[in-house]
Amino acid sequence: MSELSNVQLQLLKEVADLHEVPEGAYNLRSNGKSVSRNTTANINILTKTEGSGIDIHIKDGTVNESVHIPVVLSESGLQETVYNDFYIGDNCDVLIVAGCGIDNCGTQDSEHDGIHRFYIGKNSKIRYVEKHYGSGDGSGKRILNPVTEVYMSEGSTMEMEMVQIKGVDSTHRTTLAELKRNAKLIVRERLMTHGQQNAVSVYKVMLNEEGSSADVVSRSVARDDSYQKLDLCILGNADCSGHTECDSIIMDNGRILAVPSLEANSVDAQLVHEAAIGKIAGEQLIKLMTLGLTEQEAEEQIINGFLK
Amino acid sequence: MLELKNISFGADSNGSYKEIIRDISLTIPDNRFVVITGPNGGGKSTLAKLIAGIEQPTGGHMLLDGEDITNKSITEKARLGIGFAFQQPVRFKGITVLDLLRIAAGKTISVSEACDYLSEVGLCAKDYINREVNASLSGGELKRIEIASVLARNVKLAVFDEPEAGIDLWSFKNLIRIFEKMRTGNIQRSVIVISHQERILSIADEIIVLADGKVSKYGTKDEILPEIIGSDHVKGVCPKVEEGGNCDV
Repeated sequence: MSELSNVQLQLLKEVADLHEVPEGAYNLRSNGKSVSRNTTANINILTKTEGSGIDIHIKDGTVNESVHIPVVLSESGLQETVYNDFYIGDNCDVLIVAGCGIDNCGTQDSEHDGIHRFYIGKNSKIRYVEKHYGSGDGSGKRILNPVTEVYMSEGSTMEMEMVQIKGVDSTHRTTLAELKRNAKLIVRERLMTHGQQNAVSVYKVMLNEEGSSADVVSRSVARDDSYQKLDLCILGNADCSGHTECDSIIMDNGRILAVPSLEANSVDAQLVHEAAIGKIAGEQLIKLMTLGLTEQEAEEQIINGFLK
Repeated sequence: MLELKNISFGADSNGSYKEIIRDISLTIPDNRFVVITGPNGGGKSTLAKLIAGIEQPTGGHMLLDGEDITNKSITEKARLGIGFAFQQPVRFKGITVLDLLRIAAGKTISVSEACDYLSEVGLCAKDYINREVNASLSGGELKRIEIASVLARNVKLAVFDEPEAGIDLWSFKNLIRIFEKMRTGNIQRSVIVISHQERILSIADEIIVLADGKVSKYGTKDEILPEIIGSDHVKGVCPKVEEGGNCDV
């Protein structure tokens, strides 16, 4: 990764915790081009012949391997839509780390729209981590509109950690999932907006067959003049169980619309939703201040813990 | 040494001004174990909050080791060495017991050091160190973690607001041991405990009885305890608990 600038290396660290070339399979995309790639005996990465993006093929029975596909943008004014498709075989146990970092010091808007589709084989277990990060002090906006589609076969499990903590001016995140028999989806979304940022996060999870389950939890903090809309919907179309939760801290002039929703299309669907929005409790600040923190330090500790 | 000189505190209540603390003057020397007791509504918790800076006095002066701390903020008082354990511990989503103890210690203490503080309050450290300080913990567990957070601070003056509320006998015995240890340590430290418990009153150096916002009695344990035993606001331990059972003391 020696050909990357310091800005790009910093973005990589933020979105993928990468300081070095990752072990296992990876594809690094920088300023609209794939700049380095590694494949393994079980994981192949191919450039799409039509359109922009890559296909990732993971063989049946691949366990304890990882795929990193970070994207960094450091040129102002770059706008791209990229399709990444994951074809995951049966009985796999794999970690997938994606994420996009944008540094925009210029005046033109930079935008990366990553469309990720996962086709997960029977009884496979996937842990997916996606982090989005923006930096740079230019007037050009940093825009990320990710779409994630997940198609889960019988007995498969997917744990998704979706994180966007800093610096993205505008985001519209869409996540769609369809689950077959005994498939299980766990989502932990963490979102923080500040300044004039606008974030919309939409989930639509369809529990289509017996024994499928989903637990979709979003924790968010809206600071300054930012706005968030959290629209988390679970559809129960069979004997299934689903839980969706939006838990938010509101600060300054922030605004949040939380819409956890359920649609039961089967008498055997067991669905629960909950939502809470509130400012940081005064007694929490006081407790940490009695331990020697300033009010601002106490606030940061509470937010860091909440979004951890 | 903590000195309170003519401390008063009042607040608006239902449209009229109510004086909660009335002209209290007290001196708490170093290395002293003082228990404040008295009837409910007498101003005990308010006085503790005034000492910790959570409330600001409306009159009088407060000095710590000769320095005027009357109008210092909560943070400033904490940094000067005043610790405060809440009667109702606060819950935090996402902050673990280890995080809280590290914040309290003001430095990155090792897991082993953090475990020592938890063992002090009778919690098996490995079960708790990575738990979140949230609603999944019982009232008694939170209370012990609250006390551990004050122990981790190594303060000059520790104020405990009804530490015995909501903990079982085993923890209660531990609690007395913790207070004794705080007293006999090398650091010149004073402990103020607000309590109705006879057991805690019986290990005090001095007892203050606060009623109607004023000090109604102040003296050594031997002077005061015989006078107040049997009064409504001094509680003994439930006999079932004495036999080894569990009970909310």
